[in-house]
Amino acid sequence: MMEKLLLPAKDRLLKSKSSRLDGEFRGKLIVLLCAAIMISATIAITIFLGTKGLQSFTKNGISFIEFLTSTKWNPTDKANPAYGVLPFIFGSFAVTFLSALIAAPLGIGGAIFMTEIAPSWGRKILQPVVELLVGIPSVVYGFIGLTVLVPFIREHAGGLGFSLLSGTIVLAIMILPTITTIATDAMSSLPNHLREGSYALGATRWQTIRKVLVPAALPSLLTAIILGMARAFGEALAVQMVIGNVRDMPSSILDASATLTTIITLNMGHTTYGSVENNTLWSMGLILLIMSFAFILLIRYLSSRRKLR
Amino acid sequence: MSIQTLTREIFDVKDLNLWYGDHHALKGIYFPIQKKEVTAMIGPSGCGKSTFLKTLNLMNKMIANVKITGEVKFDGQNILHPKTDLVELRKHVGMVFQKGNPFPQSIYDNVAYGPRIHGIKKKTHLDEIVTKALMDVALWDEVKDRLTAPALGLSGGQQQRLCIARALATKPDVLLMDEPTSALDPISTLKIEELIFELKEKYTIVIVTHNMQQAARVSDKTAFFLMGELIELSETSTIFSMPKDSRTEDYITGRFG
Repeated sequence: MMEKLLLPAKDRLLKSKSSRLDGEFRGKLIVLLCAAIMISATIAITIFLGTKGLQSFTKNGISFIEFLTSTKWNPTDKANPAYGVLPFIFGSFAVTFLSALIAAPLGIGGAIFMTEIAPSWGRKILQPVVELLVGIPSVVYGFIGLTVLVPFIREHAGGLGFSLLSGTIVLAIMILPTITTIATDAMSSLPNHLREGSYALGATRWQTIRKVLVPAALPSLLTAIILGMARAFGEALAVQMVIGNVRDMPSSILDASATLTTIITLNMGHTTYGSVENNTLWSMGLILLIMSFAFILLIRYLSSRRKLR
Repeated sequence: MSIQTLTREIFDVKDLNLWYGDHHALKGIYFPIQKKEVTAMIGPSGCGKSTFLKTLNLMNKMIANVKITGEVKFDGQNILHPKTDLVELRKHVGMVFQKGNPFPQSIYDNVAYGPRIHGIKKKTHLDEIVTKALMDVALWDEVKDRLTAPALGLSGGQQQRLCIARALATKPDVLLMDEPTSALDPISTLKIEELIFELKEKYTIVIVTHNMQQAARVSDKTAFFLMGELIELSETSTIFSMPKDSRTEDYITGRFG
């Protein structure tokens, strides 16, 4: 220590090529590499999906408008093939919104219960339940839906059982943990002085929750719902097992239906790479990608609003 | 300590004991609080002055493991009674916190919050209350053109005055202030002190402060707390000129604390 102090300031303060700096450089390089790999993988997938997904319009000459707006889907008809994916787009949006409609109140209600009503024992019970729900693989959800839900709906509500409704319920349970977890974080990260301020004015717990806490957490709660919807939109396996997979536009919630993801998983195995039918599946994949970008943009927008408040 | 015989008491505290778990935070406090006076509480950190303040509107009840015994009479009624209506109590006993804590809503909605939860819905009536409360805290001229702007856009001092306005909007009798200027610059502090001076015409004010000059400037009575005990309570002029207890003297002359 003393020896070091005896060195002139120039030797002590100016950077020398010591091993410390080498380590610094190596660390920087490693994390830079990790980031670069992630970014390039994402860009590569986007480019691949973009070019592949556009081929059905550029190479195979399918009308873009017809693809998005026609309700007729019959790519295997040699004489008069039809490539309208509107029923599947509709199916995807229908199960997404309906499942969010069920899961959002449940998830946010559960979050409020855990953070505001019974922070000690409520959390102790609900937290593991939510974690368990996350851990169940989607094929198991589908299997349970197929075995329990489909016959139940067939007997009690009518129809085949394979329906939009079955898909909606299975998805609602699957996205429940996502919504609950993020909503819980949102509620518990609210500063305590908001609660104190409200109680000190004579507000009851429910008034405090409804008029101060939920409005204050609203952007984060909306983010929770949108992340749940993004998951619902992309889920394929479990939905495919219960939704019935028909190519027609459903006319009621008890009708069998199909989504973009279920059509892709069903057909990718028996179409040949480069064929028109295969290319249209890629186009559907592109729609999914664009939608997930849209979800991300929406979340970005919400979180930028949250910072402003 | 000595207790004077007093008649205009709004709070009368007798043999108040409070425990946080095993920690005996308030020990046998006798504390009468006079109507339309400013009572300041001083003492080193952890002496129990904030705890005492939060007992007066029972904010302490939010904390788990808290046990309170004794008697805290507000207007003759013991609020430690298990059936005490906290909503009603807090309507009469407002509170202002250490740091301005406006809700992330508009200026107007912040002030209107209290009246709204207590059932006032008519817009004209609310407008009247909000205007009056903002005028009372001398914030009206600064914000009258942007009542719908977010409250969090105000400066620290303005936020604190907004919170005082928010507390006044429920028309309380007592205003509890927990170190209301500790997070503010000297000019904002001065404004709040002037405000306290004006407010005592209409309200009973109990203020916790770390700043002894502030206690001397704004209060009629001063109480000195030490390690959960009320050491001395008397006229502010008396306590700062000739304290009866040597520990009070040590503290205000800066020998410890």
